[in-house]
Amino acid sequence: MNIMKNIVIGLLLMLVSFTAQAQEKKSKNAKYNIEVNGNCEMCKKRIEKAAFSVSGVKSAEWHIDDHQLHLIINEEKCSLIEIKKAIAKVGHDTDEVKATDEDYEKLHGCCMYERK
Amino acid sequence: MKTPLLFLTMLCAAVSFSQETIKQDSLKTVTVEGSRKGIKKSLNVTANTTLVTSKELLKAACCNLAESFETNPSIDVNFSDALTGTKQIKMLGLTSPYILITEENVPSVRGASQAYGMSFTPGTWVESIQITKGAGSVVNGFESISGQINTELIKPIGDIPLFVNAYGDSGSRFELNTHFNKKVSDKWATSLFVHGNARVAKNDMNDDGFMDNPLGKQLNVVNRWQYANPESGWVSFLNVRYMNDEKQTGQLDFDPDRDKLTTHFWGSEINTERLDFSSKVGYVFKDMPYQSIGFQNAFSNHNQQSYFGLNQYNIKQQSYYSNLIFNSIISNTMHKFATGLNFTYDKYAEFVNLADVSRIDNSVGAFFEYTFDDNDKFSYILGGRMDYHNRLGVFFTPRLHVKYNPWEKAVLRFSAGRGKRAANIFAENQNLFASSRVFSVLDTNGKIYGLDAEIAWNYGLSFTQNFMFFGMKADTTIDFYRTDFQNQAVVDVMNSPQQVLFYNLDGKSYANSLQLDFNLEIIKHLNLRTAYKYYDIATDYISGSFQRPLQAKHRFFGNVEYATHIVEKGKQWKFDFTWNWLGKQQLPNTATNPHHDRLPNFSPSFSTMNAQITRTFSSTFEIYVGGENIGNYTQHKAVLGAENPFGPTFDTSIVYAPVFGQMYYAGLRFKIK
Repeated sequence: MNIMKNIVIGLLLMLVSFTAQAQEKKSKNAKYNIEVNGNCEMCKKRIEKAAFSVSGVKSAEWHIDDHQLHLIINEEKCSLIEIKKAIAKVGHDTDEVKATDEDYEKLHGCCMYERK
Repeated sequence: MKTPLLFLTMLCAAVSFSQETIKQDSLKTVTVEGSRKGIKKSLNVTANTTLVTSKELLKAACCNLAESFETNPSIDVNFSDALTGTKQIKMLGLTSPYILITEENVPSVRGASQAYGMSFTPGTWVESIQITKGAGSVVNGFESISGQINTELIKPIGDIPLFVNAYGDSGSRFELNTHFNKKVSDKWATSLFVHGNARVAKNDMNDDGFMDNPLGKQLNVVNRWQYANPESGWVSFLNVRYMNDEKQTGQLDFDPDRDKLTTHFWGSEINTERLDFSSKVGYVFKDMPYQSIGFQNAFSNHNQQSYFGLNQYNIKQQSYYSNLIFNSIISNTMHKFATGLNFTYDKYAEFVNLADVSRIDNSVGAFFEYTFDDNDKFSYILGGRMDYHNRLGVFFTPRLHVKYNPWEKAVLRFSAGRGKRAANIFAENQNLFASSRVFSVLDTNGKIYGLDAEIAWNYGLSFTQNFMFFGMKADTTIDFYRTDFQNQAVVDVMNSPQQVLFYNLDGKSYANSLQLDFNLEIIKHLNLRTAYKYYDIATDYISGSFQRPLQAKHRFFGNVEYATHIVEKGKQWKFDFTWNWLGKQQLPNTATNPHHDRLPNFSPSFSTMNAQITRTFSSTFEIYVGGENIGNYTQHKAVLGAENPFGPTFDTSIVYAPVFGQMYYAGLRFKIK
């Protein structure tokens, strides 16, 4: 029974510490929506993958219909501009940072969105 | 033959009543739902899970959960035994005790309710069913071995104000389902579901003097409350449920008041009363939609009082289940986890004739489940749990599910896991009480009726490919699963027709199952589903190694559905046809019986056909008619030793084919939206 007790206590502690952590400063869970240009399911995967490659990005969801990328990020670890750069690097234009023509040309045929 | 007439009058009355209602309702606009698929298989989900929507459940007579898998090849529905009329289900060739059956993720059919529990959830209450093949998740416990079936009931928020379903069949069974719903405020909604069913006349199509299915009545009521507050992130469910089920079966001349527990006539009564209370509270953290905490609690009181001829069996189970789950992420949503605690308490008061085999089981456990998803091709779920159980000891349960999309429209899945459980040998095999078999437990050292815990490993591999077949949408799946028992509570009916033996496995026991699916959309609204299934389920018994009795090695399944385009006001025709072929099945040993009470070693192969036609008059009213076992195939000898039910060869448990012949039914559904 002793083992059980320890496990139970351990888990409870874990829960408590998670909860405590989660309720700290808001900037750890800052919400942003940014516009990212793209076309299809393949673009979605590429854009989200690029966003997640930046440490501090907790959640990234790109919507095909309105081209909005919904982000939840830890502002202590990263900034929006870093994410936009990472996305531009894989060929997708954002509002602030545009992809180089070279990176854009590397995109798959169906992903060649109309550039603004 | 009064009953069909009564039934027709009832139906006609109901039809004319509803048509008037339609006229009043016809001014309202009707929203037409797009064609949704009844069975959905996702290419992105990690586990091998099939989603069955309520649309699929409308395709068969489907009076309760046990009967709702007739059109689904992943689950085999056995023929109801000659006695109780209850249909048992199997997955990967293993019976329901090896499947984790949950209702809204709370284990529902377990312990005392194992034999009849599936018939205690009316089909109309069901919103969807998720069927997961293989090891399953660690979140809900350690008991699942061959898979998990989770049922979601209709949620009060989003339900319609009134739903009525009436059903009647040529087997004199009638059902009435009424659902009421009310939105109490913008955050609270409540539903009241009332179900009643009854079989009012005795049927004996095969003239053996025994009823083909039991007389019965069931009352089943649930009141659900749902709370949702999107601003604060709190959600909650409260359910209260009461169920009373009475069955009477046996010889036609049996009168319970006069003949109960005597040898005048053979008869049986099974009465079950059940009370359930469950609650769920969940909180989604503000600004963190990926982080949540949930707390589930369920209490049930299950009381079955029954006798089978001279055998008495009473079981009462008081059960408490609690589950605390915390969901969150590690650095980002590609890495998710769930962790938490489970607690279960089961108090059984169980009497087999005069023997008191009561016991208390309790367990406490902690689980951690990690999910990786690259949002592209690869994902896996790795879970483990540590439990302490007063009879099973301290043990670890690992489970793994892996998904990989090797190329477009294809998915490859692998799963492995361990399950452990205490077999409730009497509750799970109570159909054997309706025989002259003597029950013997050969082991005495174990903690569960003298037996040890059952332990099994399950491994599975599955591949699905969607493609175009001469311009038609098609998909094909191949599944292979293996279950290896390290220990099993062996139920042995191979030794002697006068005995059933229970003992710990000595040697090998395994279940191999292979399923090949091919589905085709021939034209829009015309779908074909086919499946071939191969089972090799063998156990080392005392008398040698045999295939599991009453299990066909080869099975074919076919289903065709056709629906016309929905025209003005939602008018539509729907047609559905299901065909099943079963190869020969190993039968229990009857070789030592006198000649006329002997069965061959294997049953003959045969096929059955079901069909249904639904006419939708509007989006609020439809009627359906259908037939089960249209080919009228029946088992030659359903009750062994029927002439002498108190003699040594009497046995109602050997059922490999339908006992009742053709059955026709009709019903109606009416909604106020």
